[in-house]
Amino acid sequence: MTKRRVEPLVWLMFSGGGVMAAVFLPILAFLFALAIPLGWVARPDHVHLLAVVGHPVTLVVLLGMFVLMLVHSAHRFRYTLYDGLQVKRKTFTAVLCYGAAFIGSIAAVNVLARLA
Amino acid sequence: MTEVRTYRRPMSIWWWTKKRSYFVFVMRELSSIFVAWFVVFLLLLVRAVGRGGAAYDDFLDWAASPGIVVLNFIAMGFLLLHTVTWFNLTPQAMAVRVHGRPVPPAVVIASQYVGLVVVSAFVYWLVTR
Amino acid sequence: MPDSIRLEVTRYRPDTDSEPQRQEYDVPLRKEWTVLDGLNHVKNEVDTTLSFRWSCRMGICGSCGMNVDGEPKLTCATFLTDYAPGPVRVEPLANFPVVRDLVVDLFDFMERLPRVKPWIIRDDDVTEVDGEYLQTPEELDAYKQFSMCINCMLCYSACPVYGLDPTFIGPAAIALAERYDLDSRDHGARERLDVLIEHEGVWGCTFVGECTRVCPKHVDPAGAIQRYKLKAAKESVKAFLLPRGTR
Ligand code: SF4
Ligand code: FES
Repeated sequence: MTKRRVEPLVWLMFSGGGVMAAVFLPILAFLFALAIPLGWVARPDHVHLLAVVGHPVTLVVLLGMFVLMLVHSAHRFRYTLYDGLQVKRKTFTAVLCYGAAFIGSIAAVNVLARLA
Repeated sequence: MTEVRTYRRPMSIWWWTKKRSYFVFVMRELSSIFVAWFVVFLLLLVRAVGRGGAAYDDFLDWAASPGIVVLNFIAMGFLLLHTVTWFNLTPQAMAVRVHGRPVPPAVVIASQYVGLVVVSAFVYWLVTR
Repeated sequence: MPDSIRLEVTRYRPDTDSEPQRQEYDVPLRKEWTVLDGLNHVKNEVDTTLSFRWSCRMGICGSCGMNVDGEPKLTCATFLTDYAPGPVRVEPLANFPVVRDLVVDLFDFMERLPRVKPWIIRDDDVTEVDGEYLQTPEELDAYKQFSMCINCMLCYSACPVYGLDPTFIGPAAIALAERYDLDSRDHGARERLDVLIEHEGVWGCTFVGECTRVCPKHVDPAGAIQRYKLKAAKESVKAFLLPRGTR
């Protein structure tokens, strides 16, 4: 019988977040962080954007995506600290990284819930 | 058995600068910071959209300020590194089979890029429609 | 082509040296000479005190692994001409304690190898006495790649995670576990998973991928480790979702 462990589940979320970041994030980041602010693409109308983002399906997708990507980042950064910087206080680092992802997730719920 | 006196070589904290492949690995892992940054950035955008047209315009003006633009260019570079390395490693990380036959790695990689294009086109259409 | 090449060899004599030193030797540069041939030349003609391991000289025994110009290599399969005009740095395999000169201590690996149970485990009482276990060519192909390992330890030497945390069970051991898991005659996957799902098992691996790159036998340990993570994850999800007893 397999013992219940969190490592495999965190790893699954890490992987899921990795896929999200690889597939969805490039276009979102390109549009909203570069193309629209720099005027390469016309500013989408606010009413239209509000309708798109406020749609229940979008909200759920965004929430799932944000949470997974935050766990992905936290997990990866945690190991970068271990390996790259040889940080020795492992428990402290883990709490810090996953804690930040948790806080970020709460913030995401907060922001998205206001639109619902 | 007699005790053997062995010498343990310490591992330098700069180990990842000594080999190209190690360096690329650490850069790939550091992409995580920029993924997190983009999540924060998008959350701020969503919040601004929720607050109304004026807040939305303010946000985009802020996003066009030089500091943020430079940061976002760098972040975009790391994000692309993440995408490329992630796609490249997928066939190694899981043995994909269709009808019991293993799918060649090149096909797995190519189909992910197809997925990327489809998703990107859809998001682009949704946003600019 | 110059007719000689310089080897910069790491020496460590535990009785006199407090830490490894470097010693230089000029050896003939011949088209068909490997780094190992160069070392043997030194041993036979120049300095008989130099210690290093080798046996087969044909990439089979896995004992001649050393770091050549910083890359873990089988020295019997690494040609001096590829490093001309030199010098060539020859060091003991990284990440292992040095016993003497180019000889490293592999005790750590020897001790953990049996932990992944690299043998065929049956859950019935069928033994060889009842006849051979039959297997089709396809079934053989399923695990063949992972069975090519010669325990040369190049992968451990290339792995920064093992270097930083020697409790990590490491690439070759996990590849070997996968080799038996994929064997149609074996029923031991669950037992091995119980070992590898532990913290020192697969979770320390961050998929640097160097083990696969340096492996002289194309075993792909990095791939084996990621597949193990997926296996472990699937089992864990089941363990959370299914009520006890049905597992
Ligand atoms: S997996 Fe490859 S590199 Fe590692 S010990 Fe086996 S043969 Fe050597
Ligand atoms: S001497 Fe046997 S593998 Fe090199």
